[in-house]
Amino acid sequence: MKTPKTPGITHWKLQRISAIAMIPLVIWFLTSLMLTIMKGYDSSIEWLQSPFNATGLVLLFGTLYFHASSGLQVVIEDYVHHEGLKIVSLIVIKLLSVLLGVLSILCVLKIYL
Amino acid sequence: MAEFALPKHSKIVKGKEYHLETEAANPKKVNVYRWSPDDDENPRIDTYTIDLDQCGPMVLDALIKIKQEIDSSLTFRRSCREGICGSCSMNIDGTNTLACLKSIEDVKGDINIYPLPHMEVVKDLVPDLSKAYEQLTSVKPWLQSKTKPEDGKSRKQSPEQREKIDGLWECVLCFSCSTSCPSYWWNGDKYLGPAVLLQAYRWIADSRDENTEQRLEELEDSFKLYRCHTIMNCTKTCPKGLNPAKAIGEIKKLQLERK
Repeated sequence: MKTPKTPGITHWKLQRISAIAMIPLVIWFLTSLMLTIMKGYDSSIEWLQSPFNATGLVLLFGTLYFHASSGLQVVIEDYVHHEGLKIVSLIVIKLLSVLLGVLSILCVLKIYL
Repeated sequence: MAEFALPKHSKIVKGKEYHLETEAANPKKVNVYRWSPDDDENPRIDTYTIDLDQCGPMVLDALIKIKQEIDSSLTFRRSCREGICGSCSMNIDGTNTLACLKSIEDVKGDINIYPLPHMEVVKDLVPDLSKAYEQLTSVKPWLQSKTKPEDGKSRKQSPEQREKIDGLWECVLCFSCSTSCPSYWWNGDKYLGPAVLLQAYRWIADSRDENTEQRLEELEDSFKLYRCHTIMNCTKTCPKGLNPAKAIGEIKKLQLERK
């Protein structure tokens, strides 16, 4: 087996840590969604104006996009066997998740700008 | 991309049917995958009807009966007929197992027999395992030590140390697990697969082996080890009731501890 070695433990570990981190974050977000955000625009703005809620949301978006991109990376590595296509799809996935992550976080911060 | 459909030349067609010559009280149909490298034919499913009253209890008995009495061209591997040699691994009734340990009684309806999935076929039920054996060799499945044994003769283990390799040493290397693993199907050239990783862990867990660190370092690779996505087909299919998924989990745990 003469394949070059790429370490896997860091990726494996971060994927699991982000998964665990998302459990409380998603529960908190869904509860907030039902209790306040669903009530309308004004109550959502009020909810977001609390720095605690904004922090939670920024953390949720960060973890979410990180977890999604590392999960998609594994799927691509598993199924895409054309080397060029694999590299291109990995880059697209990474760039897209950074883009969407930054965009989502800025949307949260916009309330303070 | 991964291939999801069989190539045209691998599509399975209907084959010959062999009927019983006399009335039988207990007939059973056995559908067997046939393919020969000697002609240009597509693989086919031949159907043999056998009389269970005149046959031993295991699927291997049925195959041997077919080969001896109906069709001597049927090709399969077998040796010990008691689950020790690991030769007669094949896909029976949709599950990879050893033909000698699979009871005919447990199969409802016709018995469908195919070679181990996603391996090159040498002939009929004989898969080409040479790449899997190469992968096995790559993990150096033998005791490695730098020091001499204390008494100059044998390396002693406490019962507790010995217990750690229970559930590992029993593996007969039939590769039922590796060939049941979707991850191994897609990336069998780079991912070592459950059978080989269980063997690797068998030596990592052995207190007498002194090369643990290097063994772990060798396995620390995103493809060799981390293509295991805990699908658990390996554990479900193991004809010896072993748990390769757990062994792989233990290797990952050790990787976590050393980094």
